[in-house]
Amino acid sequence: MARLIVIGNGMAAHRLVDALTRADTAGTWQATVIGEEPRPAYDRVALSSYFDGAAETDLALPDLSGRAHIRTGERATAIDRAAKTVTTSTGAVLGYDTLVLATGSTPFIPPVPGADLPGCHPYRTIDDLDAITASARTATTGAVIGGGLLGLEAANALRLLGLDTHVVELAPHLMPAQIDQGAAALLARMVADLGVTAHTGTATTAVRPGADGRAAALDLDGTTLPAQVVVFSAGIRPRDDLARAAGLEPGPRGGIAVDDTCRTPDPAVYAIGECASHRGTVYGLLAPANAMADTVADRLLGGTATFTGADTSTKLKLLGVDVASFGDAHGRTEGALDVVVNDAASRRYAKLVVSDDATTLLGGVLVGDASGYAALRPLVGRKLPGDPLALISPAGTDTAGPAALPDDAQICSCNAVTKGELCAAIAGGAADVPALKAATCAGTSCGSCVPMLKTLLRDAGVEQSTALCEHFAHSRAELMEIVRATGTTAFSELIARHGTGRGCDVCKPAVASILASLGNGHILTGEQAALQDTNDHFLANLQRNGTYSVVPRIPGGEITPERLITIGEVARDFGLYTKITGGQRIDLLGARVEQLPAIWARLVDAGFESGHAYGKALRTVKSCVGTTWCRYGVQDSVTMAIDLELRYRGLRAPHKIKAAVSGCARECAEARSKDVGVIATDKGWNLYVGGNGGFTPRHARLLAADLDDATLIRYIDRFLMFYIRTADRLQRTAAWLESLDGGLDHLRAVVVDDALGIAADLEADMAAHVAGYRDEWRGVLEDPDKLARFVSFSNAPQAPDPTISFTTVRDQPVPTAPVHLGMPAAASRT
Amino acid sequence: MTAPTTAPAPSRTAAPAWVPACPSHRLQPERGVAVLLPGGAQAALFRTHDGALYALDNTDPFTGAAVLSRGIVGDRAGEPTLASPMLKHRFALRTGASLDDPEVRLATYPVREHDGRVYVAARPH
Ligand SMILES: Cc1cc2nc3c(=O)[nH]c(=O)nc-3n(C[C@H](O)[C@H](O)[C@H](O)COP(=O)(O)OP(=O)(O)OC[C@H]3O[C@@H](n4cnc5c(N)ncnc54)[C@H](O)[C@@H]3O)c2cc1C
Ligand code: SF4
Ligand code: FES
Repeated sequence: MARLIVIGNGMAAHRLVDALTRADTAGTWQATVIGEEPRPAYDRVALSSYFDGAAETDLALPDLSGRAHIRTGERATAIDRAAKTVTTSTGAVLGYDTLVLATGSTPFIPPVPGADLPGCHPYRTIDDLDAITASARTATTGAVIGGGLLGLEAANALRLLGLDTHVVELAPHLMPAQIDQGAAALLARMVADLGVTAHTGTATTAVRPGADGRAAALDLDGTTLPAQVVVFSAGIRPRDDLARAAGLEPGPRGGIAVDDTCRTPDPAVYAIGECASHRGTVYGLLAPANAMADTVADRLLGGTATFTGADTSTKLKLLGVDVASFGDAHGRTEGALDVVVNDAASRRYAKLVVSDDATTLLGGVLVGDASGYAALRPLVGRKLPGDPLALISPAGTDTAGPAALPDDAQICSCNAVTKGELCAAIAGGAADVPALKAATCAGTSCGSCVPMLKTLLRDAGVEQSTALCEHFAHSRAELMEIVRATGTTAFSELIARHGTGRGCDVCKPAVASILASLGNGHILTGEQAALQDTNDHFLANLQRNGTYSVVPRIPGGEITPERLITIGEVARDFGLYTKITGGQRIDLLGARVEQLPAIWARLVDAGFESGHAYGKALRTVKSCVGTTWCRYGVQDSVTMAIDLELRYRGLRAPHKIKAAVSGCARECAEARSKDVGVIATDKGWNLYVGGNGGFTPRHARLLAADLDDATLIRYIDRFLMFYIRTADRLQRTAAWLESLDGGLDHLRAVVVDDALGIAADLEADMAAHVAGYRDEWRGVLEDPDKLARFVSFSNAPQAPDPTISFTTVRDQPVPTAPVHLGMPAAASRT
Repeated sequence: MTAPTTAPAPSRTAAPAWVPACPSHRLQPERGVAVLLPGGAQAALFRTHDGALYALDNTDPFTGAAVLSRGIVGDRAGEPTLASPMLKHRFALRTGASLDDPEVRLATYPVREHDGRVYVAARPH
């Protein structure tokens, strides 16, 4: 086996090892990767999402440790090209047959006095982000030096950390490398709307320390700006020091010079990614890094791939601000013409750069609405499918679809995947976006091409079956619309008109939930009772031995001593096991069906209501103690949690919904692990959505910031109702959000900007729910017909089920395994 | 619904012992009840949408819990079925056969309806 050493374990290294080990079926190469960061390679492009709810695990790239030897937390310190060895910070000396340098770059820190003070940070690694978060804890104002793509991303991060944020840019306008003056003017307005102050045409001359020796202020030409956190994003410098020390000549503007095969003049040494200088260019983007990695992987296996330059299209990943630039955005091509739509009033700027005869697309810039980016970018260098103005006029983006593209057009620029490759994967059986991603890698990086993947699937006639079950050909969302439109209130009517057969345990509870969401009275009334699964039918949660749990609502987790005593007495009198749950409830377990009414009669008398621990419904709104008690609290989280819980109690949904409210950014209520998370800021409330514990944990993502009470509630109303209307059966908010066309941006457009014009309708639905709420257990106790169902046996209503028995553990009853009594069954498990 | 919808089984003993289960109106279509049989066995009794009556062993063979009467009644390709509330295993109401595991079959009980009452046989078929 030949020995491959890769120095650096970033995105380029990861891509190289992945591509190489996939293709190297003969096992020619034994790869070792040396990375100085303490963790395996992660998605640096998505780094900023760390401030927007992503956890470190969300950034992880696929684990390659089974395919290569990955040495983390270790730095390569010297290369001996004659001996073909690499020395590392642990003193190890490793021999290689081929060496690949993938050391990336370092952020450029301008040599201003004070740039090394505590509180000054680069913006490149997870560790940098953790350091920025730590500095922000004691800060009120932050500044970013550099108003490019990354600088604006960093500014957004500071804003999310609750800082008053400034951006300082030397050039006369923001994002000078990507966009023109007209686009920048609109961008500046949109950034200002976010509360970020841009200072353009301004140089930073010093960072000044405060009394504690940490950064406190910035000196700009003439003025001073307070800033306790300073982030440098003023460009990058390729990390070519190791190569230089080993005698490899750098490129004209730094970087390790490589040829079209990504090889240095030493035939045993390659360089890829941000440390490489190709034809004098150092690329600061992922797509070229991936293309270089693929080239080297191919060469190592005897292939003939070359790298001849790359697409530098980019899209800004910034809360609520859409900016994209692609191709020759500045119109540098000889004779290039601009076609511009500049609609400042509706915050939309779009420019296409076309050839002198206006037939070929050369590049473009989109600000305010970049939805056309995915479709326009692959058209660069090709004949336009129509009038360029039509393509960028508000109604026109549909006309440019993948159908118009030839097979060799790149749909995914990050991973260099062409339309032809995607169509082949679809023909080969990839039937949805995840399968297409797995087969081709397309859409796995920045994600901006995902809408095009969906369109390709649709164009190929691949429709995922969304049928609920054999009885309904409709998805849950479609059934919801049918029920809403027709006003149907009975399952039998619905299945007779729109389905087949008699239903099953899949469609019946789904329809029951739809009917309940639309406010059709008590869930056990009439025919609805037969639709419910056992939990909803007995308004309690079935446990393993056939008993049920009793969970009274304790809004926000706040409870009086009197009520605590009542719960204790009920548990004692009925011999129930008690446990305090993670959702600030007290679970009473081990109740038999026939005991439930008597237990609930006592609880309802004491003022308790159903806690809906059984249904696909709002479960809890957890809270910390906020300003009531906590010395850090900035808002009254308890009152807000109680208000929210009482507002949404009883709300039926496709799946259970959990919420939490924290009184400050310390997040004691763990709001970001909930479907709806609310975190107090000193200006109001930040609203996070789509968090889940469970099988695939997800942190909630920021939907809107600094909201007043009324706006917060309005947005939650809209969010929940939009989810209830459109989600699939048993789809929690995290999965729903992931599957939503346009993702979080689309959700924000619907909830915050009312882009679909349905906000009033959603709010009205919620108002109807709030007005119609009745405690379900009270409804049972007041209705003899419903009460009659709570019997153990129809012929012996109060006889306890003889198969249920308990033993005592830590002074409480717990089930013994169910005991099978009586007659042996005619046939049973053999 | 006066005629027996399931013919009384050929009796193994001289006279089949019929256990009165409940008044007919208590048995809602597609919603079961549990019936305690002499000797401590339990049957899960159902009426399907078309009025047919079925009784099966109430114990879920996959978990041992006596809860099948609380399952959801429906159909699979026209064949009436019951889904256990425990882990959602499905059974054919007519035969008691598990649709998830060919080795598993629930005992079925003769049922009859007479004079506004439903009766379940004290012993399985
Ligand atoms: C916040 C942020 C947002 C970005 N957004 C985008 C975007 O939207 N689109 C886009 O195309 N690109 C984006 N980029 C750029 C993109 O991340 C890089 O182009 C890409 O990661 C380059 O990959 P690389 O492997 O060359 O470098 P890196 O991913 O930086 O990896 C280099 C690794 O090598 C390690 N290393 C260096 N020297 C040594 C040594 N001597 N020994 C051991 N280890 C060493 C470093 O610690 C690092 O882990 C973004 C970058 C950042 C920081
Ligand atoms: S989240 Fe903040 S306000 Fe709430 S308890 Fe924790 S520190 Fe206090
Ligand atoms: S274009 Fe970035 S993932 Fe496809």
